[in-house]
Amino acid sequence: MSDEEDDIILSELNDEDLVAQMFDDLYDGLKEEIEEGVNILLERGWEPYDILTKALVGGMTIVGHDFRDGILFVPEVLLAANAMKGGMAILKPLLAETGAPRVGKMVIGTVKGDIHDIGKNLVSMMMEGAGFEVVDLGINNAVESYLEALKTEEPDILGMSALLTTTMPYMKVVIDTMIEQGVRDDYTVLVGGAPLNEEFGKAIGADAYCRDAAVAVETAKSFMARKHNQGATA
Amino acid sequence: METDDRTLTEKGLAPKGQGRILLLACGALAREILDLIKANGWSHMDLHCLPAILHVRPERIPDAVEAAILRHRADYDEIFVVYADCGTGGRLAALCARLGVEMVAGPHCYSFFEGNAAFAEKDEVDCFYLTDFLVRQFESFIVKPLGLDRHPDLLEMYFGNYRTLVYQAQTDDPALTEKAKAHAAYLGLAFERRLTGYGELATTLETLR
Repeated sequence: MSDEEDDIILSELNDEDLVAQMFDDLYDGLKEEIEEGVNILLERGWEPYDILTKALVGGMTIVGHDFRDGILFVPEVLLAANAMKGGMAILKPLLAETGAPRVGKMVIGTVKGDIHDIGKNLVSMMMEGAGFEVVDLGINNAVESYLEALKTEEPDILGMSALLTTTMPYMKVVIDTMIEQGVRDDYTVLVGGAPLNEEFGKAIGADAYCRDAAVAVETAKSFMARKHNQGATA
Repeated sequence: METDDRTLTEKGLAPKGQGRILLLACGALAREILDLIKANGWSHMDLHCLPAILHVRPERIPDAVEAAILRHRADYDEIFVVYADCGTGGRLAALCARLGVEMVAGPHCYSFFEGNAAFAEKDEVDCFYLTDFLVRQFESFIVKPLGLDRHPDLLEMYFGNYRTLVYQAQTDDPALTEKAKAHAAYLGLAFERRLTGYGELATTLETLR
């Protein structure tokens, strides 16, 4: 990084330049700078929801695209996510206070036998950034855990994640149990994880396979839009 | 042809062009397979290894295996793929079925070294496994691809849910065991060593006549 870049004082930038700089800082995984940028925009009277969508999610979307295109790799994405998390920690309580629009609700968890949660955590964060309420069940979830959460949380979407070839078939166990209990069609089921693919998603009866966090957000939004349209015409 | 770990990781191993059966394997298994070939006098087998580093991007394994099969199949009576599923989500098995080629059973080498049934029975969700090769190539397969050399603060995000590093020893080598112990300490995990030998790698290759 050059001296010139080191000398940037965020508070001296106008809004447009500050948001552009926050995109760069997010890309570089600079958590403290992101937190500072969020606080500056709040001081300038920005709505928390606008900061979230225009500065943080906007920046993270670029990170997501460059990850998909093989320009960025997992470590860089994690650093960016960590920076975004810092900004979201400031915004979350304010979003609750200001009644930001809620797009939908999702219950998400890694399946039984699997302790990998990096992808799931990225999806949770991006979904929250996109205006979804997310209930994260964590790792190693048995079918009972998912079904209990569906009952108590009443989400629109169930998300399941698996990193292992040996654990991904458990998603079918969950979906089959939902069918047995007659609740499958009450939810949109999205699945993801490194060894999965679209064919697998279809074969187990999920509504969609999501290749990465950005795709998960777009897919979730599109299912919510369909749901609303169905509601409008019913 | 060189069989040093770096070459096996980055370039793989070219076949010698002899024998009836070509073993198309992961570079991480080269030393073990060459040892088995030598010990058993399996002169009917030749070995071709793809770069072991493909494991960092397992979605690329099926295409690499397919290209190698198509390139070499005219030169041998049979090609046998010495990969397990290896994170390909069934795509490698589907490819082998489509091309009429057999492959090793199991989800990954950690499983067939211990024996697939025994490994499945253990159901150790919070164990992280290293083989002899991975102990030696820890930097290339773990530290660098995960960015831990540049960002050690990511360690907790990657390994926070693991509890134990299990070193599956193919050979009884005290120096490797010490290395594996050091890797466990670096990752903040408990350490366990299991002497597996070549497990079902040996018994599977024995059946190829």
